[in-house]
Amino acid sequence: MGSFIPGTEKEQKEMLAAIGAGSFDDLFTDVPEDVRLKNGLDLPEGLSELEVSRLVRSMAAENKVFDTIFRGAGAYWHYIPSIVREVTTNEKFVTAYTPYQPEISQGVLQSIFEYQTMICELTGMDVSNASVYDGATAAAEAAAMCADRKHTGYYVSATVDPKVIDVIRTYCYGSGTELVIIPEKDGLTDLEALKQTVPDHAAAVLFQQPNYYGLLEPAKELIEAIHEKDAKAVMSVNPTTLGYLETPGELGADIAVGEGQPLGIDMAWGGPYLGFMATGQKLERKLPGRIIGQTEDDQGRRAFVLTLQAREQHIRREKASSNICSNQALCALTAAVYLTAMGPEGLRDVALQCASKAHYFRDRLVEAGLTVKYDGEFFNEFVTVSEIGSEEILRALQENGILGGLPLGDREILWCATEMNTREDMDRAAAIVAGVTGKEVSAK
Amino acid sequence: MKLIFERGAEGRRLSLLPACDVPEYRPAGERKNAPRLPEVSETEISRHYSELEEQIFGINNGFLPLGSCTMKYNPKVNEQMASLPGFTDIHPLQPEETVQGCRKVIGKTKEWLCEITGMDAMTLQPSAGAHGEFTGLLTIKKYHEQRGDTARTKIIVPDSAHGTNPASAAMAGFTIVNVASTEEGLVDLQALREAVGPDTAGLMLTNPNTLGLFDHNIEEITSIVHEAGGLCYYDGANLNAVIGVVRPGDMGFDVVHLNLHKTFSTPHACGGPGAGPVGCKAFLEDCLPEHVRTYEGNFLVIVRALTYLLMLGGSGLTDVAHNAVLNANYLLSQIADCYEPSCEGAHYMHEFVITMEQMKKENGVTAMDIAKSLMDYGIHPPTMYFPLIVHEALMLEPTETEPKEMLDYVAASMRAIYQKALEDPDYVKSAPRTTRIGRPDEVRAARKPVVKYEFPED
Repeated sequence: MGSFIPGTEKEQKEMLAAIGAGSFDDLFTDVPEDVRLKNGLDLPEGLSELEVSRLVRSMAAENKVFDTIFRGAGAYWHYIPSIVREVTTNEKFVTAYTPYQPEISQGVLQSIFEYQTMICELTGMDVSNASVYDGATAAAEAAAMCADRKHTGYYVSATVDPKVIDVIRTYCYGSGTELVIIPEKDGLTDLEALKQTVPDHAAAVLFQQPNYYGLLEPAKELIEAIHEKDAKAVMSVNPTTLGYLETPGELGADIAVGEGQPLGIDMAWGGPYLGFMATGQKLERKLPGRIIGQTEDDQGRRAFVLTLQAREQHIRREKASSNICSNQALCALTAAVYLTAMGPEGLRDVALQCASKAHYFRDRLVEAGLTVKYDGEFFNEFVTVSEIGSEEILRALQENGILGGLPLGDREILWCATEMNTREDMDRAAAIVAGVTGKEVSAK
Repeated sequence: MKLIFERGAEGRRLSLLPACDVPEYRPAGERKNAPRLPEVSETEISRHYSELEEQIFGINNGFLPLGSCTMKYNPKVNEQMASLPGFTDIHPLQPEETVQGCRKVIGKTKEWLCEITGMDAMTLQPSAGAHGEFTGLLTIKKYHEQRGDTARTKIIVPDSAHGTNPASAAMAGFTIVNVASTEEGLVDLQALREAVGPDTAGLMLTNPNTLGLFDHNIEEITSIVHEAGGLCYYDGANLNAVIGVVRPGDMGFDVVHLNLHKTFSTPHACGGPGAGPVGCKAFLEDCLPEHVRTYEGNFLVIVRALTYLLMLGGSGLTDVAHNAVLNANYLLSQIADCYEPSCEGAHYMHEFVITMEQMKKENGVTAMDIAKSLMDYGIHPPTMYFPLIVHEALMLEPTETEPKEMLDYVAASMRAIYQKALEDPDYVKSAPRTTRIGRPDEVRAARKPVVKYEFPED
């Protein structure tokens, strides 16, 4: 029933006549008779917009939207300023094609150029691409940038998000790259093990800051050790934390990658998200994906174009730095509008509120009877251990409309706090946890 | 216009967050310098992006006939459904019982796409067409490996293929064997027979191909590959031509990727996010990779595609193919006396390729010049210089969502440009004239790349 075809039956007939066809069937004479569908697709008839709207809304209604979330582990609950939604739902940004025609795409090109600049400022790097699919594919693509005739193998810290490692394993399987996991110690990358595991011919070592458990890795020492092995240091970062924390650039990393979802992008059950990648000038021509560059037009006016395309699949085919074509441009725009709305002070404020609230919440949960698993400095996520099973604690929270931390095992939970969590909500959550553990907590 | 970094003033900011309601905690390891993000008011942000929007050609600004890209209208109901809080505010790691609606979206979309492609299993994880290709090729790799058939290291790709095909095959660890096309633009069966062998892992094919031609030898092609022990991969870039008419599974393909941002009306969004689901026959289901990215893919894109599917229904999808092919052939018929099709007498499907080779020889006007001239008529240029096997190629795909008046206007515009090119080639060569900027210097951009804003203090 629903259709977006403007042509009326009368017009269709006229047009068929104009091309000398008697019917639609005449247009498909090259499709062998015996493979053609005889009775069309075995699918229901179409519906009106109102019917579809009811149907899809009913599916959305079957999901539970939590009022309060203490779960992160790679996707984060942050405030999205109104201006971000207003700009990024604009019909032109939503529907435009890849900016291959610069004369009529300056708006897209400039917005991505600005995004690239912001990613460089956040990470302390020289060059950023226009995005890849998500943080995990960014971490996976980084390996290919570092491999050469003398350097192979991707060495990944065990404290990297396991979901990211899964994706890296898939990419390494494809390219035939050896993947080695560097063990952890007390929740951190084991520096001694790194020195022993990573050979001199390694292409790259990846670690995550803050790591999967929320702990801050000794990044400087790790990068020094990696460089002593003549390998490239790839650092996966949470962009929110870079409003405050030392940058991969300052620390000497060769490539910075990460998941850009915290920058104003909906959690949306996992996507679309934003993989960002930035590096120094040395590896510029090995970056995968699109890059926007500044130039001038024939009148000497500032103009932006897709550049360094000799790296890309439509020019280099099987010798390209990656197969990526479609990326996550609208998510990159979202991140750019978010960072613009926040500004340097606003982003620093978000970062410090996240850290401050997580530390407050940690203390409340300890009072509620949970034990903190690792002693190390953390940012806005931490792991607790409990005598009571994780499921029991999380169920009690869920019954009160609260999404608790992510269970890492029967008795361990990875918690997260952001600027969205109020003191009141944290106190309330802690009281519910205390109710499960049987601890008395005094009101704060 | 100004860059966002050239606007605002130090200390300007928005009022977004309340003061922190817990004691401040500052972890060790503070960055030395603050990131130089813009310091602007909301007024300036809003105006900045309004100004940028004016310099964008969206799907509703006019005709956007990019061949192989299927720039069809993006229905508004898709956007509405994708913005429901019941989808946007769901954490990806929520307990299963709280995401049953998302599971339904995934389940239903897979069911429909399996029927459309004639496949038995589907993954919605891949985030783009190229990502789907990579996923499908890993499936093929795993299949041969599981059978101990480890000598199968080569993927056959026709010379008319999209660049992503060989690039994806290389990423999946295969070496690439290119097969030439016949003069008619189809797969050369003899060359294919010579190319296959015990080292063949598979063949990647787009059908209709990138010339817009349906390869009528398709059953023979897929059986040549199967008989040699290889698998057949269908690049769904051009599915819009045959959706609801013929299914890749019935043509002999084992693995398929689709582009939800082409055939299924989800927006191109300045280059992404799209989605590239991969389907396969039952015997390959166990070989699908589990983790090509995190979570279930570009979920909100999938919501949009499902909305579109539910609206069109089975017969509505067949109407799409019918009208897509009709529109392309009608447009070609209206310009054929001026522009030379790449293949004489061929039956084009949903797109067609014209060549400006003759024109270039005679008066120096190139495909690029024609493309840029179209901008002055409010028309987005078609795909240029692709496929690589056609010299001075322009590839036009009008899609089914264009009304006849628009096709007539485009034809009239193209004829006018053709006349101008004969009379005054220099005029056409210096197009466009009405755009905010003229042709940019791309060589300069690549020679000394400036890929971020140069702050005055640097």
